[in-house]
Amino acid sequence: MEATQATPVKYDMDIVRWFTIAAVIYGVVGTLIGVYVAFELAFPFLNFDIPEITFGRLRPLHTNAVIFAFGGCVLMATGFYIVQRTGATKLWSNTMAWFTFWGWNLIIVLAVITLPLGLSEGKEYAELPWWVDIMIAVVWLSYGLNYIMTIGIRKTSHIYVSNWFTMGMIVMITYLHVVNSLAIPVDWATSYSIYSGVQDAMIQWWWGHNAVGFYLTGGFLGIMYYFIPKQSGRPVFSYRLSVLHFWTLTFGYVWLGAHHLQYTALPDWTGSLGAAVSLAMIIPSWGGAMNGMMTLSGAWDKLRTDYILRFLVTAMAFYAMSTFDGPVMAIKSVNALSHYTDWTVGHVHAGALGWMSMISFGALYHMVKKLWNTEMYSDKLVNIHFWVALIGATTYVVAMWVSGIMQGLMWRDYDEFGTLTYTFVESVSAMHPYYVMRAVGGAIFNLGAWIMLFNVVMTVRQASAVNSVNAVAAKA
Amino acid sequence: MSDHDKIYSTKFQDKIERNTLLMFVLTAIAVAVGGIVEIVPLFYLPNTGMNGGDGTFNGTSHKDLQGNAIPMDKIVWNPTTSAHKTLADWQPGDGVRPYTALETAGRQVYIREGCFLCHSQMIRPFRDEKDRYGHYSIAEESMYDHTYQWGSKRTGPDIARLGGKYSDEWHRKHLKYPRDVVPESVMPNFFFLDKAMVDKTKTIKTLEVMTKMPFNPVPKTIYTPDYIAGAAAELEGKTEMDAVIAYLQSLGNHVKFEEGVNYRD
Repeated sequence: MEATQATPVKYDMDIVRWFTIAAVIYGVVGTLIGVYVAFELAFPFLNFDIPEITFGRLRPLHTNAVIFAFGGCVLMATGFYIVQRTGATKLWSNTMAWFTFWGWNLIIVLAVITLPLGLSEGKEYAELPWWVDIMIAVVWLSYGLNYIMTIGIRKTSHIYVSNWFTMGMIVMITYLHVVNSLAIPVDWATSYSIYSGVQDAMIQWWWGHNAVGFYLTGGFLGIMYYFIPKQSGRPVFSYRLSVLHFWTLTFGYVWLGAHHLQYTALPDWTGSLGAAVSLAMIIPSWGGAMNGMMTLSGAWDKLRTDYILRFLVTAMAFYAMSTFDGPVMAIKSVNALSHYTDWTVGHVHAGALGWMSMISFGALYHMVKKLWNTEMYSDKLVNIHFWVALIGATTYVVAMWVSGIMQGLMWRDYDEFGTLTYTFVESVSAMHPYYVMRAVGGAIFNLGAWIMLFNVVMTVRQASAVNSVNAVAAKA
Repeated sequence: MSDHDKIYSTKFQDKIERNTLLMFVLTAIAVAVGGIVEIVPLFYLPNTGMNGGDGTFNGTSHKDLQGNAIPMDKIVWNPTTSAHKTLADWQPGDGVRPYTALETAGRQVYIREGCFLCHSQMIRPFRDEKDRYGHYSIAEESMYDHTYQWGSKRTGPDIARLGGKYSDEWHRKHLKYPRDVVPESVMPNFFFLDKAMVDKTKTIKTLEVMTKMPFNPVPKTIYTPDYIAGAAAELEGKTEMDAVIAYLQSLGNHVKFEEGVNYRD
């Protein structure tokens, strides 16, 4: 056990440090691109007639940057941190971890080059060209193998709950990425999916929703189950609830993709099945959210002074909210209104900004302090980051909820003569104020990411300065 | 033994938590089920647009007003039974057909520019969508769409039935500078498509690739060796703008929908 270890384990923490710094940087970059594309929708002159930065090419770069660059580096940093600490062991292979690091970053660089050049496979969140897809598979498997083997060589008797969730993510993302990316190349730049129409749509949203379910939720629940107890100094509220949370989520989430395809050319049963299971998923999701929140019972007063804990707990609130919003949107009559509108964008960002980013920021701050064995350069800046992120996320989400519902209502509105009240373009111009509001909300959120970058850089510099002074003192 | 070791919800859960391989295998099974149940049937059920691999369509169960099954070749163009035998002779209403060489080149540009991020190609069976966009989309209409382009967001309008609604000249003006035609539009200017010639080699290879797809390939009776050999001539002197317009004009007018028939089962 970690606590009873007679001689402290030498962990492989350099790899975690590098992934941590990378995550903080990609957090700034990914949201910055997001802010730019948001402004492009509000003020289209910002496309500047440059093909490489038009909305259609830059938007995939935004999604890839936040999901795979920021999210990926957070998952790998926290994953390698948690798996060592909960297993009281070094990594199975430190060399392979470095392969994962450089491979993953190479893929990110290739995304930055290929997506603006228009090398898109035409599938949302899976736009990268076929040869980058192969690289992703190899690097992902190197991460997965290393992770699972490290669980295998643990010194503790049981596998900690965080590692269940991460293992689920590793397996599922492998399935999803491989099946969804199967394509026949035409040349180095272009390939076409081996599936078409209905089958391609179902496979795409099986991928699309489970990338959310397992990567952006499962993986980050692993973070929650480690860092909330650590930061609050309390054990997980309920072990049994976490068992229920894990197995129901792992088995159930997979079915949800079909709710993206209600009323489309798919057979009706598929969408209805997706909707029914989506509603059922409120139970494990809220069970999990409660489990995270209630971990603080007896330590609620810490929220007053512990800014890192604020991030973690706010993330749980957003998680609960998004996992309510989502099932509601999966109800067929609601989906009829919400589908194709900005409501979907609002829902995604309630998850991405409120849940995923907040839990990441909390975990990253926690790790920075441990990894460099220091206090933050400025706790005040952590607090400012928290409020800036919260205000930015809320502004963004509210703008998109309002514009989404308004769009949906405008599109289906009939006047007294039984004709459509609004032309499509009237709905476009009605969205303008909300698109501006969304972009501003995103910019505020991005400001928070800059504050974090500054604070982390100063913390690391301060820690290295202290260490070198200590080293000099030790020599003398 | 610490307290941690004594806590378990069931003996089986306790066993799983102690055994990496067991947990791995059970997780791998648990996450596979939902996908299998939802995806696999779509490859053999009727009305999912599967053509059986060689143009021997696995049928539709769409019924006409008398309750008789509508023959597949009323919905999907079959050159052997149709009065129009080649892609050049094909007429709107003959049934779903694959794209011509020029349209294929245009579709590639459509994907490259990420148009699907703002324009859907999937009309739902609602009154307002019918009035705004036309008849709801059916599975067969996108059966040749390798890398489907249904989209998930309507920042701009749905374009599943755009074909023939506007003139080529309107499209050219609109694609070049959308706000010259629709002042409130937020679409980027695509004037640069007028300056780039279509990639002939890529397009011809794409036609060949489409005949080799494991599911829903374009039958070789449609993309005949003669047709592929003649593609270069069809693409000669065409700009990417010409190609995109040809693609947009091909959308949504393939099937002749009959009044009162339920095309959703």
